[in-house]
Amino acid sequence: MSTEPQSDAKPARRSGVSAAAIAAAEAADTLRVTYIGETSGVWGPGSGSGDVSGFDGLKGVVELPPQSRPPYGSWFDEAIAEINSEVGAAVSRVFVHRGELTLFTSTTRLSELMRLLRDDAHLRFEVCVSVSGVHYPEQSGSELHVIYELLSITHNRRLRVEVAVPERDPQVPSVTATYPMANYHERETYDMFGIIFDGHPSLTRILMPDDWIGHPLRKDYGLGGVPVRFDGAEVPPPDQRRSYLL
Amino acid sequence: MNAALPPTDGDLNPSADTNFDEFSEFDLSAIFDELGLDAAQYLVEGGDWEQVVAAQQRNPDRVIVVNMGPTHPSTHGLLRLVLELDGETVLSLRPAIGYLHSGIEKTFEYRSWAQGPVVATRAQYVAGIFNEAVYSLAVDKLLGITDAIPERANVLRVLMMEVNRIASHLLAVGSGGMEIGATSVMEVCLRERERCLEFMEALSGLRMNNAYIRPGGVAIDLPADGLDRLRELTKQLRRNLPELAGFTLDNPIFKRRTQGVAYLDLTSCMALGVSGPTLRATGYPWDLRKTQPYCGYQDFEFNVCTADSADAYGRWVIRLGEMDESVRILEQCITRLEVTTGERHSIDHAEVGAFADLAVGADGQGQSFDQVRELWSSMESLIHHFKKASQGFKVPAGQVYQAIEAPGGELGCHMVSAGGTRPYRVHLRDPGFNHIQALPMMTEGGMLSDIVMAISSLDPVVGGVDR
Repeated sequence: MSTEPQSDAKPARRSGVSAAAIAAAEAADTLRVTYIGETSGVWGPGSGSGDVSGFDGLKGVVELPPQSRPPYGSWFDEAIAEINSEVGAAVSRVFVHRGELTLFTSTTRLSELMRLLRDDAHLRFEVCVSVSGVHYPEQSGSELHVIYELLSITHNRRLRVEVAVPERDPQVPSVTATYPMANYHERETYDMFGIIFDGHPSLTRILMPDDWIGHPLRKDYGLGGVPVRFDGAEVPPPDQRRSYLL
Repeated sequence: MNAALPPTDGDLNPSADTNFDEFSEFDLSAIFDELGLDAAQYLVEGGDWEQVVAAQQRNPDRVIVVNMGPTHPSTHGLLRLVLELDGETVLSLRPAIGYLHSGIEKTFEYRSWAQGPVVATRAQYVAGIFNEAVYSLAVDKLLGITDAIPERANVLRVLMMEVNRIASHLLAVGSGGMEIGATSVMEVCLRERERCLEFMEALSGLRMNNAYIRPGGVAIDLPADGLDRLRELTKQLRRNLPELAGFTLDNPIFKRRTQGVAYLDLTSCMALGVSGPTLRATGYPWDLRKTQPYCGYQDFEFNVCTADSADAYGRWVIRLGEMDESVRILEQCITRLEVTTGERHSIDHAEVGAFADLAVGADGQGQSFDQVRELWSSMESLIHHFKKASQGFKVPAGQVYQAIEAPGGELGCHMVSAGGTRPYRVHLRDPGFNHIQALPMMTEGGMLSDIVMAISSLDPVVGGVDR
């Protein structure tokens, strides 16, 4: 599927980061960006429902797959080496899962990284296909994640850039200067998650009415359903029903 | 349609010389005073256009602000455009969307993985099968079963997607034709689209909102007469589709309404992330079915249609060409379905494929006898059925992005699982949502009447735009 970049006499490099350096960076890392939450019993946390399965003492931690270590395989190593040589340690974590590459970066390095991803001849991700958010309310200090899906038409590759911000100060630099097509997508992410994209030309709500209060896709935003009443029983609204895990 | 006429000069008093109030139903002066606006707003209800024109002639410098939509018939649903017009020339266009927002992405989070396609198909309802497909492919990828999907399931997925692509293109072409006055085109398109929808109904039980493509495969195998119906459909489409080209491509009026209209070159397409027929109309053969194949598209023979005019005419030609290519794929599906008769249409998996074998009873009602017997044979089987139906299957934690070539362009699905029985987050990246951004670039500086052609050549469906 992927074609090799047109080589202009740049030697192929391995990603020049040692395992020890990664381990040290991980130890110094206080954010747990893969952490989703804890479970107890077979019904998710706080269900308050009568768990009669006998497994109510069962505790578990829900996490996304852990970060990957080199070699990452495919074209990933060369691309990451190229990024590291051009913008230093802009990529703080690398995830390879189901054959897809996710680069985790910080809000301070995002603009720089995005510009490099678009302009570097070995990377050339021309299109920012999608910007969206994910809310992980249990991740203290990095509750809101912004996901950028990039596409390189030149090399026929895809890549995901992810950045996390705290809920109390959800500010991310806008990438519209690099990717004009991200305009509406950032507006939607602002509308749905309340993430503020600094430098966006007109960051207003796009799907919800202008005077709407709240950001609907946050996990703490209820569905506003009403309980269904039966004779002798009451079924709670969908967002308050018990669920398996999360 | 409301026409507000802000005076270009502070000294001008619009009501003094135009006297619009005669045909104004609402007195908005209080609101305008409150907002500090020195402008008048009038309700125009048709039949009074001459008065508007006469008033405009007296003050030709005035910019007219027109609120086109959200229920304007030519805006493909609840799309609203705020226009600034100098006469009939568009000075600026600002799309306003959200009128059909239905919280589909939130709804996913409260439904099981298997219920997802039912929700997804309602997003872009004209090409609903593609939403189901992208959702199901993302779930397959998260489960790691993409390579384990049976061949027949993939062929059935391709079959339904291509029938739906024809139906969607027919609606795009048909409504586009009608909007510029070519009603015969609409008649032909609706007639042929109905054939496609009837075929989809025969397979899935519903004309639209099919929920046919599911994680692990498809809902149900071909009915007994499915192949005959497919042969008949391809025969009819082969015979009738060329009629559309005959109606339009050499028609001088049609050419003048579409050639050079809604121009968007490759550079602009790249800057705005435009995909689908609009990108291919610049001559760039980017089609995800070829470049990043899924569902076994690499095993089908078809061409990627391109044009080099980068205008509405080119996109029209591409849509007609793509319908022919889709019929070609359907013909290959016939052979592939004949070969795979009797094979599974869904993955052989105790949980993901649990309800793949549901069938209707012999009398055409209820479930088949075999399933009822299985259900009532023991307490355990009843419990298992209940667990599978109400709890569903779990998907390992992780996040993926899946993209497919929908009729409008790249349809994507970003999906996060927290390891539970419901998605943690599903984001649908609809091509229409992205393409609406390109409308100002395609229309500003052009004529008011070309806006309609620009919209129809982009083919956004507001159900998908707003989700």
